[in-house]
Amino acid sequence: MISITLQVKNIAKEFNRKKLFENISFDADAGSAIAVTGKNGSGKSTLVKILCGLLEPTRGTWVLTVEDKKIPHEEYYKNIGLVSPYLNLYDEFSGIENLDFIAKIRRLQNPSTIIESVLEDFGLFKHRKKEVKYYSSGMKQRLKYCAALLHKPEILFLDEPQSNLDSEGISVVRTYMKQQRERGILIFATNDEDDLSYADAVIKLNSLNIEK
Amino acid sequence: MRAIGLSSYYVLVKEIASELRTRYALNALLMFVVTTLSVIVFSLGSEHVPYEIYCGTLWVIIFFSAMSGLSRTFVTEEERGTTLLLQLITSSNSVLLGKLFYNVILNFAITLITAIAYLILFNDFVVRTYSIFWLTLLLGSVGLASASTILAAIVAKANSKGTLFPVLAFPVLVPILLTAIKATILSVEGGMFNEAFPDFQVLISFTIVIIAVSFLLFDFVWKD
Ligand SMILES: Nc1ncnc2c1ncn2[C@@H]1O[C@H](COP(=O)(O)OP(=O)(O)O)[C@@H](O)[C@H]1O
Ligand SMILES: [Mg+2]
Repeated sequence: MISITLQVKNIAKEFNRKKLFENISFDADAGSAIAVTGKNGSGKSTLVKILCGLLEPTRGTWVLTVEDKKIPHEEYYKNIGLVSPYLNLYDEFSGIENLDFIAKIRRLQNPSTIIESVLEDFGLFKHRKKEVKYYSSGMKQRLKYCAALLHKPEILFLDEPQSNLDSEGISVVRTYMKQQRERGILIFATNDEDDLSYADAVIKLNSLNIEK
Repeated sequence: MRAIGLSSYYVLVKEIASELRTRYALNALLMFVVTTLSVIVFSLGSEHVPYEIYCGTLWVIIFFSAMSGLSRTFVTEEERGTTLLLQLITSSNSVLLGKLFYNVILNFAITLITAIAYLILFNDFVVRTYSIFWLTLLLGSVGLASASTILAAIVAKANSKGTLFPVLAFPVLVPILLTAIKATILSVEGGMFNEAFPDFQVLISFTIVIIAVSFLLFDFVWKD
């Protein structure tokens, strides 16, 4: 296992002077699974976005180190994968065209083998040539997993991992969560009890939402 | 550098493939060009008009097609929620460069179609120095496309998407437009190629400045 660490110190986020959360600190390294939980609107998705390097926090720092190399925030995309309700794939392209585009832009070696195997695992292989606009919401969610996993990210972020999935989909996701944990760090935002019991640390966001 | 070049190439390919399937911009642009051209043809009838007017209206069409079509490049990603996907798989510079190339190609194609239609439709519009004419079209449309690309990125993140665009665009684009019109007039008057040098210099330096500023600004615009 390669060495991966994520050190989060005192992260706080405010929107328009309204505090969403503050003093979020934790350390994670390869092999850990961290869960983020809290009521709707408590800021789970916002925290995930910040850790992915997509949104600046109001205060605080976070450092991702891979093999003793500190990764600059603007290069996080190379090391992370994200499945989120806010993420969409291209409707006008088929499943495999979307994955091809992602694999090419990431310059993956041997993309077709990887693409085929994730499509197969998520039960999308027979739908691979269908345009995404004809996918059901569950199939779209499965395709987002394929997209996030192609490059075997060091950190995998899952925002509401189970949304739109049937029991079969959930069990595939569980397998991949386990694999991720064997390879790197898993961070997921959820309110599902089963998922929470899977984590080795839980970050609970209390709705602050206090006027400053 | 090579990495950015390669990823921006895939962004460009994606844009072209997506456009061919959805026709978000292409149909609107062609309709716009056809409509404005027919309005000009019908309203002029058989009247003779000074050639300066033709040069002006040619660039008015190019300007508004650049503004209406190209301004959608980032808004469509934002509306469809695919911005996040691009943010997650590549660097901001690759996205900007890919979109920039795409807009330059699209805008130059529309510019060529419009210019050729002008040469065919209007007998009073006779170009004497073709080298100046084509080069002005190329430089002018590249300049307009670069400016509208970064402006489109800014506007896609703003809340009042539609209205802000022309307001932001106007001061940036006026020098490009005026210079392009001036050089086009020169090509009709049969000026020597080197007489147009100062105009080319203005167009080129403006475009370089716009592209340089785009790369500085885009990081702030691209992520929330
Ligand atoms: N860009 C933004 N500007 C202002 N408020 C925002 C923005 N993004 C999220 N919020 C607010 O932050 C709160 C938390 O949102 P979110 O992180 O999606 O919560 P959760 O995922 O826990 O349900 C919500 O009240 C939302 O309205
Ligand atoms: Mg959420």
